[in-house]
Amino acid sequence: MPESDELKRSVREFLLAGPLRGELAQNVQDDLKLRTSGILDSIATVALVGFVEKRYGIEIEAHETGIGQFDSIADVVVLIERKLSQAKKGS
Amino acid sequence: MAVSGARNLAELLEASARLHPDAIAVVAPDLSQLTYRQLNDRADRVAAYLIARGVAPGDRVGFCLPKGLASVSILFGAMKARAAYVPVDWQGPAARNRSILADCGVALLFVGDGREDVLKEFGAAAPRNGSVAEAIAHAPLDAGANETLAHARDGKDLAYILYTSGSTGVPNGVMLTHANALVFVDWCSETFKPTSADRFSSHAPFHFDLSVLDLYVSLKHGAMLCLIGEELGKDPKSLTKWIAQQKITLWYSTPSVLALLTEFNAIERHDLSSLRIVNFASEVFPVAPLRRLTRLVPNASYFNLYGPTETNVCTFAQIPLPVADDRTRPYPIGALCSHCEGRVADARNNLAKRGQEGLLWIAGPSLFQGYWNRPDVNAALFVEDHGRRWYNTGDVVRDDPRDGLIFVGRRDRMVKRRGYRIELGEIEAALQRNPELREAAVVALEDGEASVTIRAHVSGKHDARLSIVALKRWCAGALPASMSPDLFVFHDALPRTSTDKVDYQALRKHGTKA
Repeated sequence: MPESDELKRSVREFLLAGPLRGELAQNVQDDLKLRTSGILDSIATVALVGFVEKRYGIEIEAHETGIGQFDSIADVVVLIERKLSQAKKGS
Repeated sequence: MAVSGARNLAELLEASARLHPDAIAVVAPDLSQLTYRQLNDRADRVAAYLIARGVAPGDRVGFCLPKGLASVSILFGAMKARAAYVPVDWQGPAARNRSILADCGVALLFVGDGREDVLKEFGAAAPRNGSVAEAIAHAPLDAGANETLAHARDGKDLAYILYTSGSTGVPNGVMLTHANALVFVDWCSETFKPTSADRFSSHAPFHFDLSVLDLYVSLKHGAMLCLIGEELGKDPKSLTKWIAQQKITLWYSTPSVLALLTEFNAIERHDLSSLRIVNFASEVFPVAPLRRLTRLVPNASYFNLYGPTETNVCTFAQIPLPVADDRTRPYPIGALCSHCEGRVADARNNLAKRGQEGLLWIAGPSLFQGYWNRPDVNAALFVEDHGRRWYNTGDVVRDDPRDGLIFVGRRDRMVKRRGYRIELGEIEAALQRNPELREAAVVALEDGEASVTIRAHVSGKHDARLSIVALKRWCAGALPASMSPDLFVFHDALPRTSTDKVDYQALRKHGTKA
């Protein structure tokens, strides 16, 4: 399973290449609220979900991306780690 | 044409409540529901409450409420009281909502829990604050008073005012009468042949004109109106499941929502065979996602509906299926609706030669009454010809002998994004209010399938590098989500033309190889 730091970097890279193109990495901290602050709109959130699902071969359910969840890079990584460890146990 | 004979939209509900009292009229996002009798009763109570609170015929009643049984009851109650309803974006910035509600001077305002911020800072012109709970529990008018009120109804009464993005940075209130709406509702009856067995989706928020079809065509025919909440409306996976579970037969939304539904393999997992009619409007549907959709849901009929809020739907085209593999050209906007007259002409309404591009002008009974409180604009809004008022839509079209009307583009700086009409000047006006920014100019870029990207070009007041995160966060408080720029580009100073105007051509070319 990839390390947390590796997962965080990959999510941050996706944001810096897409919805936050042109931003400095230092301005996108792990705990930055992305959705409740309005930085990512619904379309950008859907793109992020799609990226994570494809990259890590996991499936994210709608209830896991509700308001207050899936809000920061840290939140996203916790969800990826949980999904990956469930998949590992299941195999 | 199946003419309702109604003079007021509320009469459609009243007629259905007599014919189908126990049928389900409306299902809320939380799946609570009202029968026709119950909805009509609630609307009667709301009307009596409004009158008791001093609302008079011709007054405006505003609401900032989520999609639900309350908002439907209130808009019908307002119309029963012969007031016009003014819905504002439940999730929109408080300052923008307040400026709309203050512009049309709402007499009474309903605000849902959590949006008390809309009520602040109104100043001396603050409207009375309505209570949803008190309104729907209020005693209805006695039979005599109710009859007097119903008798006084007139098709020329304003039914609602819908605010659209304005070129000066201020939203404009489009005034529509009951007669304007009813002629469109009757056209829908003729075209889509709804029955009481139909189940209509209601995806558009009530401040968006797509909601007119959902609400009134559905309730006119005693059908079931299924409201889609704000969160569900943005979630393609859950939305697909919801369509299957609710067995929706008549869908209406922007193409962007439908395109999103095709992207997550969700349609493959659910049975959407209940869909009989899929209508889309407000922007061009790129062919690739439309092809995907029509293949995934092959038994539905697909209609492209076209028309600005000012005219309501005025042209339509049924999409012939199947959509060919090699088609890339978008579908036409098609033929004029039976209640509209149209012509392709120049800016002075001189007819274009057949087949040549020109502006689409519309006349007919669905034409709006003008913008609220904009006498200067209204004075020059319509051109009279042969006793008819003509309205210039500002859309450039071409009349093709085979396909009918083909949409070419907007002439001014208005763009459609996710179905919302956006005036780029309004975004600039907002950005220019940001204390960190010195200059701001906005361009809209067509990027094939994903519709329109809004790119803001800005320069800062200080030497410090600007942060995109900070700008996006700021925009979230200043603009509706549909108007927030996707991308930001930083400049020391914006490029200018020789007359010292922002050089938009240079901005559009930014980042492309010359």
